[in-house]
Amino acid sequence: MSAAPAVELEGIHKSFGDLEVLRGIDLALAEHEVVCLIGASGSGKSTLLRCVNLLEPIDAGRVVVAGREITARGVDVNEVRRGIGIVFQAFNLFPHKTVLENVTLAPRKARGLSRAEAAREADTLLERFGLVDKRADYPDRLSGGQQQRVAIVRALAMQPRLLLLDEVTSALDPELVAEVLDVIRELAAGGMTMLIATHEMGFARDVANRVCFLHEGRILEQGSPDQLFSEPREERTRQFLQRIVAAGRM
Amino acid sequence: MVSTLVVVGTIVLVATQSPGWDAFEEYFLNWGYYRDSFGEIARAFLVNVRIFVTVEAIVLVTALLLAILRSLPGPVFFPVRALAVVYVDFFRGVPTILVILMLGQGIPALQLSWLPTDQIFWASVALVLVYTAYVSEVYRAGIESVHPSQEAAARSLGLTRAQSLRHVVVPQAVRRVIPPLLNDFIGLQKDTALVSVLGIVEVLRQTQIDQSATFNGTYYLVAATLFVLVTIPLARFTDWLVARDRRRQQAGRLA
Repeated sequence: MSAAPAVELEGIHKSFGDLEVLRGIDLALAEHEVVCLIGASGSGKSTLLRCVNLLEPIDAGRVVVAGREITARGVDVNEVRRGIGIVFQAFNLFPHKTVLENVTLAPRKARGLSRAEAAREADTLLERFGLVDKRADYPDRLSGGQQQRVAIVRALAMQPRLLLLDEVTSALDPELVAEVLDVIRELAAGGMTMLIATHEMGFARDVANRVCFLHEGRILEQGSPDQLFSEPREERTRQFLQRIVAAGRM
Repeated sequence: MVSTLVVVGTIVLVATQSPGWDAFEEYFLNWGYYRDSFGEIARAFLVNVRIFVTVEAIVLVTALLLAILRSLPGPVFFPVRALAVVYVDFFRGVPTILVILMLGQGIPALQLSWLPTDQIFWASVALVLVYTAYVSEVYRAGIESVHPSQEAAARSLGLTRAQSLRHVVVPQAVRRVIPPLLNDFIGLQKDTALVSVLGIVEVLRQTQIDQSATFNGTYYLVAATLFVLVTIPLARFTDWLVARDRRRQQAGRLA
């Protein structure tokens, strides 16, 4: 039944100067699968996501998306990225553009839609995520939660087959976290394939099909949320989860 | 307010009580000469206006292109970046008046019939060369001030490098550098007086002609008036642009 995995990472290595951030990552996501990456800051979660959409060139290994190796020579990176959405911790909305312009820019320029078509699609998405009344506002006028939802809509407007979420709630005030997590839950329920770096353990437990614990550039342990959170096999995982519990984040 | 009045009052008092005041007033502040020469000098000033409007329009584009060339990443573009650096170093380092003299006298001296010989043309080319160097540095500062995460966001949506520059990086960079850009343009407007060294009858040359005909210096005041008349509206326009942008993007900002 299952076709080629949505994404396959094989032996990913990545260094910044002398610092080896990723030391051989192997990971495959099936279609519609939601995988959460957990681990301490600096464990390589963000770097891994940035390698998947080729924002960071990898030193060794392969990334295969829907059966096609995107890290091969001569691949059109722009075309690859159109199929992979990413949402950043700091939103990275375009401050000189309105919400609607933020969402329609890439569909118009990279998918070749007309202004009207792009706006129609954008309005459908903005409506779905309760943002349509903000379409003419500039990002600075929105709350952090609204900005992050716009950033998600902007990524979705490219109709990606895969969505990468890089600690999308870490920059938010606590009371604004829920509205963003709700959006992601809805996407998961809709079958979106997602690779999520997160510190929200409750959310990971709730939404993920599988959780991977990253430690010093390797996937030290992975499993179902229940297994990993309740009975971690590795001592490092246990220590990490204990620190999270002690910090009141779980 | 009071202190300003005191200072200005003191200066006026000292000047008007000075032993040479009457001669000074006769030489520089002669209302009759001012009124009679204004039309003629203003017509000569139109030459300056034509030069700076043309040069500004061209520099806005060429300086941006140069700045973009200089910010191209990677070893492939090293020769391009190096050339851009040499260009900027040279034309910022050489006094503008020398560039005007070299082009304005040098190129017609080549006697190449297919090249324009118009002095205003070559003076304008000299100003374009010099101000492209200055203004490209302003643009470059603006481009570098846009956080790399903006380009990362644009590129990860599938936009090409050129599209990211065009739609995301450059618009933000230009908004940030409008005040220093205007500063350079005011400098350019004043530097159009330098083209008089080629014998072009523009505002400065005209005042010199008038001055040597009557031995009166009031014409300089006429020329000064004309320059100030064009820079003040430009400065207010820039203030308005900056304020409008700030209003649009930040009004009602949530705490």
